[in-house]
Order: sequence, then C-alpha cells, then structure tokens
Amino acid sequence: MTVESSALYDIPGPKALARHRLYGGIALLLIAALIGWVVYMLFHTHQFTYAKWEPFEYQGVQDLLLRGLGNTLRAFGWTVLFALPFGALFAAGRLSDHRVVRWFATLVVEFFRAMPLLVMIFFVFVALKVQPLWALVAGLVLYNGSVLAEVFRAGVLAVPKGQREAAYALGMRKTQVMTYVLVPQANRAMLPAIISQLVVALKDTSLGFLITFEEFLHAGKLIATNLDYDLPFIPVVIVIAPIYIGMCLLLSWLARWVERRSRRSPSVRGGAPVAEAGVAMGLPPSAQQ
Amino acid sequence: MKTLTDNWSTYWEGFLGTLSLFAVSAVLSLVLGMVIAGFRVSPVRPLRAFGTVWVTVLRNTPLTLLFFIVVLGLPRFNITLPFYTFAVLALGCYTSAFVCESMRSGINTVPSGQGEAARSLGMSFGQTMGLVVLPQAYRSVVAPLGSVMIALAKNTAIAGSFSVTELLGTYRTINELGYSIIWTFVWIAVGYLIITLSISAVFNLLERRVAVSR
Repeated sequence: MTVESSALYDIPGPKALARHRLYGGIALLLIAALIGWVVYMLFHTHQFTYAKWEPFEYQGVQDLLLRGLGNTLRAFGWTVLFALPFGALFAAGRLSDHRVVRWFATLVVEFFRAMPLLVMIFFVFVALKVQPLWALVAGLVLYNGSVLAEVFRAGVLAVPKGQREAAYALGMRKTQVMTYVLVPQANRAMLPAIISQLVVALKDTSLGFLITFEEFLHAGKLIATNLDYDLPFIPVVIVIAPIYIGMCLLLSWLARWVERRSRRSPSVRGGAPVAEAGVAMGLPPSAQQ
Repeated sequence: MKTLTDNWSTYWEGFLGTLSLFAVSAVLSLVLGMVIAGFRVSPVRPLRAFGTVWVTVLRNTPLTLLFFIVVLGLPRFNITLPFYTFAVLALGCYTSAFVCESMRSGINTVPSGQGEAARSLGMSFGQTMGLVVLPQAYRSVVAPLGSVMIALAKNTAIAGSFSVTELLGTYRTINELGYSIIWTFVWIAVGYLIITLSISAVFNLLERRVAVSR
C-alpha cells in the first residue's frame, strides 16, 4: 500500500467527475496536438518517402544493423562477466578486517564512481591505446563493478544481525559465516538491484559510439548519414530507439519479477530488500543511471 | 612535456562550462521532474498516462541516443538552436525522469495511514499533500536526489563529446597543442572529482539538516 493509492482522494462525485473529464479532455487535446505536430513535421520534412525507408529492405543494411546490435550485446556480455566478480571482490575488500585492504577497496570504488564513465573509456582508449571494444568494456566494468560492490556490501550488511551472531556462536569462522550464511541470504535480496544496474550497463554500451566502436548506434549513424539513402535520419531513430527501449524494459521487467518472487518466498523475509547504502566518503551510490 | 597547468585559462573555461551546463540542466530537470511527478499522481487519467510514458521512455533510452536525436535530429525539423541549448534540453529531459522517480519513491516512504488519516479529518487532496505527506516525504527525497544530481554532473561529459565547451572538449584542444595525455586526464579527473564531491557534500549537509532524530 502506498500513499498514491486511492485513499488520497475520495471516489469522485458527479461534479468532480465532470471536472476530471474536462481536465482529461484538455490534456488529451494538448497531447494529441503535440503528437499531431510531430507527425506533421515528419511528413512536412518528407520523412515517410519511400527513398528514406528503402534502405531497410537491403540485405546489407539489415546485416549492418544486426552486426551493430550483436556488438552491443557482446560488449554487454563481457561487462556482466567481469563486473560481477569485480564487484564481489571489492565488496569483500570493503568488508575486510584489515584496514589497508579496506582503505584500498574504498578508494578504488569511490574513485570509479565519482568519474564520468566516458572519461574512463576515453582514458583507456586514448592514453592506453586499447582497442575500442576492450576500452568500452574496461570502462563499463570499472564503473558498474564499483557500483555493484556497493550493492553487494549493502546486501551483506542488510542481513539481520542475529544471523551473523548465531553463525559465530556455532563456532564458524569468518569465511564460513560469509559463504554459508550471509552471502546466500544477501544474494536473494540483492538480485533486483543487481539487474537494474545491468540495465544501466546496457544503456551505457552506447557510449562505444563515441570511440568508434561499431555498436548499434554507430551502425545507425552510418545509415543515417548516407547520402545515397537520402539521409534517413528519422527512420533510423524510429527503428533503433524502440529496440533499445525494449531491451532495457525487458531487463527492468525481469528485475521487478524477481523482486515479486523473492517477496513471496519465506526464506528472504526479514532481510530487507537492498535499497541504497550510505557511503564512507560521502558519494551516494548512483545506482540509477 | 607541457602540462595542463601551463594553460589555466583553457582549463578554467572547460570547468566553468561543465558547471554551467550542470546548473542549468539541474534546474530544468528539477522543475520538469516535479511537474511529471504531479502528473503521475493526478486523478486525471491522460495526464497519468503521459507521465508514465515520459518516465518509461526516458529511463530506458541511452543518453547517447537522446543526444544523437536532439543534436542531429531536431535540425531536420529546421529547429536550429545553439548547441548549448540542445545539450541542456537533452540532459534536462533525461534527468527529469530520474528526478520524478526519486520524488515518487520519497512519497512512497510516507506510511499510507498518514494520508488516509488526513483525508478522514476532512482535508482536501491539496492539504493532505501539502501539509501532511510532502513535509514528511522531502526528507527521504534528499538522498536519491543527490545520486541523480551527481549522475547528471557526470553525464555532462557526454555533451562534451558532442562538441560543446566542456572539460572533455577542452581535453581535445589541449591534446592538439601537444600536452602530455596522462597529465591531461589527471587534471580532468581532478576537475570532475571537485564537482562530484562538492555536490555530494552539499547533499550530505542537506541530509543531516533534514534528518529526523529518532
């Protein structure tokens, strides 16, 4: 139950209903006008001429787009593969008993979360002269791995204190407490937060476009700036944007589904879902963008 | 090897460019985000739908694609504005979706009984929101809003690569003049660290100010 539920306003009576309908009508008109204007502009600038859409019928263009999409997914796959262990490692480092390890892990995690991702990618690409794909993956892993480290750490700390105490009372060692008791419980609660961070990583693969990595957006740009096809910029956007949005929505939907499932399962109850952890140095985790 | 420190004026220009881009986009995103959040809780269905579509689309679109559309696409409609305006528009709209969601999650932290109690005392919707729910919600909006603002400050870098006077753009200029690449990056990192840490310091202060002593 949230505040936004209908308890906030009464069931509208006839007068209120009429008023809401009026507002709704006005809003609908405005939205329709906006959509109408966009469509008019699209026609007015001849975006729906056959010439502009014809390229999508060519095998070569379709292949180009598919290759781009494949490259985007490849960069994403490598990122997931490396970022998860990176996050786990540095979360463990931040929870370590040794001060030096803790400081080092904190420094790394905080630095990479404070840097714009693009600067890191540029640095690896320009200064270290790495290939575009690996420069992109390196940047994505450093940034998303650092955010994930925070998520993991918060997850472990969110397990009810009694669990840890009970495990120690049974005579388990720290490693055992971690691996048998804390991590398995934290995992379930953290999954939604992890997946929403992966959505961020997926979106950020498009930064590869800026270092000439031939991903989806790059393929789109190649087609959009091709004079032979009459510069089909808008058609390209109409094709590309929904695919990006669809992929991200799929992941977000997965996160929500996992969350719903874990809320129903009794073994996770008690462990609050991980929201966001406070941070030593004072950077709030930006686990949304 | 020359370093950036021999060329403060260029660096300073980029730094201020980043700051001003951040500040203007921040204001735009806060205003837009509040309006859209208002749409999303309103009883008027078309407005609610519009808000939902706005947030869903913008949260799931890569910012690079948005820049791509705004910077390269709007001119197709014969809309020609200075690049800076385009950048603010893209950053502001994109960030507004996240601002809106922070506000909604803040409002959701207020126990629903509060709103119900206010309503049963006969307060109007506006009074309930203004006098009961929002004064309790704003405390829990501060933290996520801080994250959103830091993300915005970092995202200004993307505008730079679409060529605007900004730290990364400055880097290009400097590189052409034959400065050491590594040192250039170090100074860029310092610039961004100053900006992001200042923002988080401000928000930490705010958080302490509004914290409830329990």
